[in-house]
Amino acid sequence: MIASFIGVALALIQAKSLDPGGHNMLQPAAPQASQIEWLYWTVFWILLVVYVLMIGAFTKTAVVNRSGATGPLPIMTDEKGDRRAKWAVGTATGITVITLFVILVMSIVTGKKAAGLTSKNPVTVQVTGHQWWWEVTYPNSQADQTVTTANEIHVPIHTPIVLLTNSSDVIHSFWPPNITGKRDLIPGYSSAAWFQIDKPGIYRGQCAEFCGLQHAHMGFSIIAQSVEEFQSWEQQQLKPANEPGTPEATRGRAVFLTHSCLMCHTIRGTDAGSRLGPDLTHVASRNMIAAETLPLTAGALAGWIVDPQRIKPGVKMSPNPLAPDDLQAVVAYLQSLQ
Amino acid sequence: MSRTLQLALLACLTSGIVSCSRESRILRQPPPANDILNTVQISGLNPGANSIPTPPPSNMYQESAYAVSEGQTLFEQYNCVGCHAHGGGGIGPPLMDRYWIYGSEPGNIFATIMQGRPNGMPSFRNRIPEYQVWEIAAYVRSMAGLLPKGVSPQRPDEMRVKPSESSTPPQIPTGITGSPEQHQ
Repeated sequence: MIASFIGVALALIQAKSLDPGGHNMLQPAAPQASQIEWLYWTVFWILLVVYVLMIGAFTKTAVVNRSGATGPLPIMTDEKGDRRAKWAVGTATGITVITLFVILVMSIVTGKKAAGLTSKNPVTVQVTGHQWWWEVTYPNSQADQTVTTANEIHVPIHTPIVLLTNSSDVIHSFWPPNITGKRDLIPGYSSAAWFQIDKPGIYRGQCAEFCGLQHAHMGFSIIAQSVEEFQSWEQQQLKPANEPGTPEATRGRAVFLTHSCLMCHTIRGTDAGSRLGPDLTHVASRNMIAAETLPLTAGALAGWIVDPQRIKPGVKMSPNPLAPDDLQAVVAYLQSLQ
Repeated sequence: MSRTLQLALLACLTSGIVSCSRESRILRQPPPANDILNTVQISGLNPGANSIPTPPPSNMYQESAYAVSEGQTLFEQYNCVGCHAHGGGGIGPPLMDRYWIYGSEPGNIFATIMQGRPNGMPSFRNRIPEYQVWEIAAYVRSMAGLLPKGVSPQRPDEMRVKPSESSTPPQIPTGITGSPEQHQ
């Protein structure tokens, strides 16, 4: 048992030294995650002390009260010993109650601190959960200034980000462990939270509420960058889709607009305007496709378009048995959508 | 407990477990068959003197409650509701009555969606994958009561008198308190 505990502790300490962006609550990059990490380690060390004391007490009892007798020992009554035992039990109970109460108070204080909002010119991000991807919009009072993307949330560093959440189908949960705690996305209920990132980087997140077949592959990433980089990204995203530059891409666009792609996806600047699947206007500016499941490469795109059900069984996208040259053209077109 | 009672209980449990088979979902669609449209018969007339009418193709999706409910979702998502409403009709003809202009067999409905019909119904060939057309066809038949109750989905949320929870307008977000300074 002790060995297993030490093993867990070692694993935790090692987890601190893993990939900085890689889905790890022990590598906080934001004030909230630091609060949560602080609570985590404080409770960990308190419980470690309790654990050592308990094991020590058990061991002492086992060693000191050891007897060579084979049969059951007669029950001995000893008034002084009884009184001592009462005191010991009473004290232990008292310490336990106080310790638990302290942990409770720390937990509430951490929760309160994490929920508080910074309101100095925040950037607002609306995240809507879908089975099984994340729709990300940056609301603006002018409709043509609203950025819509999917799965990759670009945010400026040192800036408070107000996160508005909602869901289109079932309950999802937004969880970037390096940044903040979990936030449930409940259909029909808009809720708000905030976070702020101080270190630039790419932080992975994950749906943390079972939401159906592809729940495990419903990832997202938060890309924290400097304010200038964020603004240039935003300006780029506001543009309509690039005109295809090569004959192959032109053909790809025609294929896209005459096959089932346009029944679900939007490419702004073309006739495709359906909102069932992710907005593909600037799909090539993302790092990954299929809710952070596949890298954005020609091969992954082609495999995903032809048979998404093999890669993510149950996903809402239908298989598209395109002719090989049509497929290559579509992939070339999508890759040109920077 | 008497032995007979124990045996009876065991039999009940066993039959319960055995009868608990879940309807399987078709997640990976088989590759689309050869062009089925040529086998769909739209009128009762047959060319030639002794031609044998082809039997209407069956629709395996209309035996699966999952597939029919997928059809219901797609009927909404692909904006069939734009013209046919939720079966009541509008710009397009109603689908929940017993009148069928182009036939009520699964193959007829499939052909209607794939080929389009005069006076407004567009063709969705290449736009909607074939298996989804079959799912929509199954749902259309369920609206007219042509499918067994066991597979027919419920009426969609949109037809309720009171809007469902998920379609009520979002409320003003709550839960934000405090100011930035206290976290610096």
